[in-house]
Amino acid sequence: MRLNCPHCGPRDLREFSYRGAAKLIARPDGADMAAMVDYVHYRDNPAGPNAELWLHEYGCRAWLHIVRNTITHEVLSIDLARDKALEAGR
Amino acid sequence: MRAKQTGRAMRYSAFQILKQGLTGNKGWQPVWRSPEPKPAYDVIIIGGGGHGLATAYYLAKNHGLTNIAVLERGYLGGGNVGRNTTIVRANYHLNGNSEFYSHSLKLWEGLEQELNYNAMMSQRGVLNLCHSDGQFDFYSRRGNLIRAQGDDAEMLDRAGVQKYAPYLNFKDERFPIRGGLLQRRGGTARHDAVAWGYARGADLRGVDLIQSCEVTGTDIENGKVVGVQTTRGAIKAKKIGMAVAGRSSQVGQMAGLRLPIESHILQAFVTEGLKPIVPGVVTFGMGHFYLSQSDKGGLVFGGDIDMYNSYAARGNMPMMEHVMEAGMAMMPAIGKARVLRGWGGIVDMTMDGSPIIDKTHVDGLFFNGGWNYGGFKATPASGWCYAHLIATGNHSEYATKLLMNRFVTGHVLDEEGTGAHPNKH
Repeated sequence: MRLNCPHCGPRDLREFSYRGAAKLIARPDGADMAAMVDYVHYRDNPAGPNAELWLHEYGCRAWLHIVRNTITHEVLSIDLARDKALEAGR
Repeated sequence: MRAKQTGRAMRYSAFQILKQGLTGNKGWQPVWRSPEPKPAYDVIIIGGGGHGLATAYYLAKNHGLTNIAVLERGYLGGGNVGRNTTIVRANYHLNGNSEFYSHSLKLWEGLEQELNYNAMMSQRGVLNLCHSDGQFDFYSRRGNLIRAQGDDAEMLDRAGVQKYAPYLNFKDERFPIRGGLLQRRGGTARHDAVAWGYARGADLRGVDLIQSCEVTGTDIENGKVVGVQTTRGAIKAKKIGMAVAGRSSQVGQMAGLRLPIESHILQAFVTEGLKPIVPGVVTFGMGHFYLSQSDKGGLVFGGDIDMYNSYAARGNMPMMEHVMEAGMAMMPAIGKARVLRGWGGIVDMTMDGSPIIDKTHVDGLFFNGGWNYGGFKATPASGWCYAHLIATGNHSEYATKLLMNRFVTGHVLDEEGTGAHPNKH
């Protein structure tokens, strides 16, 4: 598996580390207990396109927002997590 | 104890092997029936893997329920019960886990006699290596907690490990072997045979094992489960138990369950057959690696999960390389062995690394899953405790803490202490 980093181009999987579901960008208000429990512990876990966060750890160290098919490992989109967060008004 | 035999049961024995051998092996009977699904059952178990089959067996044996169907989308034992590295152990240290796995090991010890089935259970010992003073202290504490639970554990110092497992790498300067935690009652069992033995035991008691039958929907009326939709038609049931680890999120979704689970890939590997060299199970303490030798002679080993969500049931090269490197660090001699094959299984990784056996928000619907990469050794106790819950509505004394809502209440069972990161357990 290779990931096409927006900064560095196609790089081997070894350079990246998986950091979980992309929903982790949207941290809820800590006072909202139900939302926080869901944020920390519960996942959609789809068999199909999954939005997730990766860190280009041994590369440019950018956080990436990747949509990847969990059945085929096909990568459907790669963006900088920063752009996605700004887009969502974070 | 054989309450409801179907009359065609064949008891396996040395005499039977001799008799069949001398008569051209023509008298062997099918191990289980292949019935058509009935329109309704008292209990439906979704998933014909080790846990589902064990659950059906104990529902029949311990609770006298026999109007049961096990629905399997593929073939019996075709999932993770046939893909694991066959290790059996009870070396957990948290209350909640330790009494559960302790019960499981005790059930393993009497399993073959009980099932009249050769599961090749071999208590050849499980040795966890440690490589620093800190790790030695941590394992000593864990060993004490295992003993406090009533199970066996002994600490070996470096010389003790050298005597017990002289084939390991004692010249490694980077990861020196400091000692090891040995559980002699741990070991291995033939994984497929465990599924087949439970299947046969359940079938003998009248349970319908229905293969090639995929559940496509759960029928719920007024908050109560009434049946399932399947590829072989609708089937009604008063109670339904899910045992579909690996696919828990998909099957759960049919009933509106949202779960603290991610699906990941765990790979395993086996080499060509070799002369006996590794008598027990050995695990490396500086990286996730575990090794045993099958009765056929192949070295069976595995390591970490692939670290990212996947339903592909096949692993990737970097983790394969990592596993081989860890193996070479622990036991350089394996570098001479040729790897015959490797494979992957889809595992339910929970947010605290421990399993769930509980009721759900739907009346009559039960959940068993989240076995991470350790479901095989749990098979007997999982079936035992799940059957207890389904039959009585109460949690078995061995599984009072494997609850669904522990992620809400904060009573998580995080054996490794890594927090809500499924890929780090």
